[in-house]
Amino acid sequence: MDFNDTPDQAKFRAKCKEWLDSNAQLKDTSKRANVESNLEELIAKAKVWQKKKYDAGWAMLHWPKEYGGINATPIERIIWGQEESKYDVPGSIFEIGLGMCGPVMMQYASEEQKERFLPPMAEGKEIWCQLFSEPSAGSDVAGLRSKAVKDGDEWIINGQKVWTSGAHYSDFGILVVRHDPDLEKHKGLTFFFVDMKSPGITVKPIKQITGTAGSGAGFNEVYFDDVRIPDSQRLGEIGDGWKVAITTLMNERLAVGDAKGADVNEALSLAKDKDDFGQLMIKNQAVRDKLADWFCEANGLKYTKFRTMSALSKGEAPGPEASITKIVSANKLQAIGNFGIDSGDMAGMLIDEEDGMSSFQAAWLGAPGLRIAGGTDEILKNIIAERVLGLPQDPRADKGLPFKDIPSGK
Amino acid sequence: MNLDFSDDQKFLQDEARKFFDKEGGLSRTRKVMDESLSHDEVLWGKVLELGWTGIRIPEEYDGLGLGHLELCVIAEEIGRALAPIPFSSSVYLFTEAIIKFGSDEVKKNILPKLVTGEVVGTYAVAEDMEAITESTLSCAVEGDYVNGVKIAVPDAELATHAVVLVKGAKGPELRLVDLNSDGVEISLQKNLDKSRAFYKVNFNHAQSSLLGDQGSGWESHVHIMDQAAVLFAFEQVGGSQQALDMAKEYAMERYAFGRQIGSYQAIKHKLADMYVAVTLAKSNCYYGAWALSSESSELPLAAATSRVSATKAFQLCAKENIQTHGGNGFTWEYDCHLFYKRSKVLSLNLGSEASWKEKLVSAIEKTNTLN
Repeated sequence: MDFNDTPDQAKFRAKCKEWLDSNAQLKDTSKRANVESNLEELIAKAKVWQKKKYDAGWAMLHWPKEYGGINATPIERIIWGQEESKYDVPGSIFEIGLGMCGPVMMQYASEEQKERFLPPMAEGKEIWCQLFSEPSAGSDVAGLRSKAVKDGDEWIINGQKVWTSGAHYSDFGILVVRHDPDLEKHKGLTFFFVDMKSPGITVKPIKQITGTAGSGAGFNEVYFDDVRIPDSQRLGEIGDGWKVAITTLMNERLAVGDAKGADVNEALSLAKDKDDFGQLMIKNQAVRDKLADWFCEANGLKYTKFRTMSALSKGEAPGPEASITKIVSANKLQAIGNFGIDSGDMAGMLIDEEDGMSSFQAAWLGAPGLRIAGGTDEILKNIIAERVLGLPQDPRADKGLPFKDIPSGK
Repeated sequence: MNLDFSDDQKFLQDEARKFFDKEGGLSRTRKVMDESLSHDEVLWGKVLELGWTGIRIPEEYDGLGLGHLELCVIAEEIGRALAPIPFSSSVYLFTEAIIKFGSDEVKKNILPKLVTGEVVGTYAVAEDMEAITESTLSCAVEGDYVNGVKIAVPDAELATHAVVLVKGAKGPELRLVDLNSDGVEISLQKNLDKSRAFYKVNFNHAQSSLLGDQGSGWESHVHIMDQAAVLFAFEQVGGSQQALDMAKEYAMERYAFGRQIGSYQAIKHKLADMYVAVTLAKSNCYYGAWALSSESSELPLAAATSRVSATKAFQLCAKENIQTHGGNGFTWEYDCHLFYKRSKVLSLNLGSEASWKEKLVSAIEKTNTLN
């Protein structure tokens, strides 16, 4: 039992470090990260960095060799991620493309399409997004209603997608739509990729709870108004849309979803520095009780991740333990944000004129979104109960019904 | 990165699980409760035959000479089986104190007998209905003679020896006492979990010998508590997992309103919460196991984190297992109450959850950055 790399892993890590050292600057942890830079600048910087990585072979480690990757093991991807995150490099806007769209194209696109689309995706020239969720299909994503109607060699798409990260700067997207509402819910779906510049597509950034569209990879609504897609851009058979979508989501499994933001460290620093009730907060038993709970959660998640990495490191499939990450971390973030705000008592609600929101205020305002995105707390608990513990599914009111006959409310 | 047990350790764990199953599992625990016994003598005898009391004892003293990690995996299975034996008192507490602080002579006299079971040890701390501190300690040593009263001492009737935390001339000391010597009086105290036995021990001019150094007794005591916290946390994780498994099985078998109760989200989410708590506790325990086995300076923090996390997990799983069982969970017949009671005893035996949270925060407030 130890935390050390194997000799091979240590060698790989050293290689990562060596390249990063000569191509990037280490982060200055004393400075607050600047999240305010404008979008064009952010994208331009990210593209330059991606191209640099691509030329040196670091851009899509996990892709097979034939598509320009190095077939990296999951543990090598993690090691690269750990090392890269120590450097002051632009946040990635290519993850959805490289992690989800790329693999689905490799599996379902024609040779010609792969040659055309995969290299620019890897190089960072073209950005991809994923068009799955809809206004009436969130947790129940297979309940989506956007329509595809066949017209000769083309399909005509009408409908609306929502919560599409990065749609406003994406060149292409993967899309699942309903081609036949007379079939059962999961059977009437078909999968495509689409040029985001196609006539009839309108992208509208979503004004979020913060009152802004969010920074960087913000969310969008995407409207399809008689958008024509050639049948050659269909991925998988007609009616196989759900199967293809699931493959895509499987590729997302490694993304563990640790909520970023104010953590137990920050709560501890606050409590050690700040007075409340006429004494340092850390001396208050109620504060100490909370700190202990959060530390146990944070530490438990950290070592859960280490257990997953240990399994990967040995070439074994990790257990289901990583499924707890988002539930625990998003709720913890919300609680810590709340704690930090409340420490200001009556004035806790005030936003600083110069510095803007404190990290606690930002955490409190952002956490509700994290408890929903990528699977709500409730859906994740269902998943743990059904797939990890093996409990039976809920009886479904839509089973066996043609999609058009399924009861729907708002 | 290798935060995992070795194949050999996993094999040992597997063997331990099979052993407890074969020996009748919870029926042993029930027997001790129903017949008001102090422990299960037959099961204890078999554990001695397997050599588990000597896991950490060096080979030169007839032990197996293995490490703390082997002890961790056994502890998890003892926890799962709610084994009614004095293993924890004698092995996690007493034996560890002798290995760490005993003179060569004491080791030579005692360790081989711990392997055979001729010596069974316990560890005496509590004196009153509150957490003990250096300054509230009242049981005292003068010359080599101990005077005072200890309560809630586990397995004291079966035990031949005890390590006793006492007040000495230069501060707290750990003292080794032969419980068969003059001036030692032992009486059973009723407790919430009848599958484990606790006693009041009266020391009236009882002869003792010093363990470790004078003046550093409190640090020695804290170290033994930290080590034991990790081992007990593994017992708690084993118990939590078993309570979760029980709840899950029942939720699959029991029907209400025409369907399995496990198909209701109210039950699913309850069980998912239990799974989250067990997973966090288990991962924290792995950290504890690493700190324990590598003699890391992080042990105090790792121990407190394991302890708090495992205490919360076992108490949650034990109470929600009853809830999942509905009325049946409240009967003597169903096993739910065995876990509920054990979870409470294990949450207190090294000090309450609140006292370990206090240790945890004391450890992190000293550091400037946490990893």
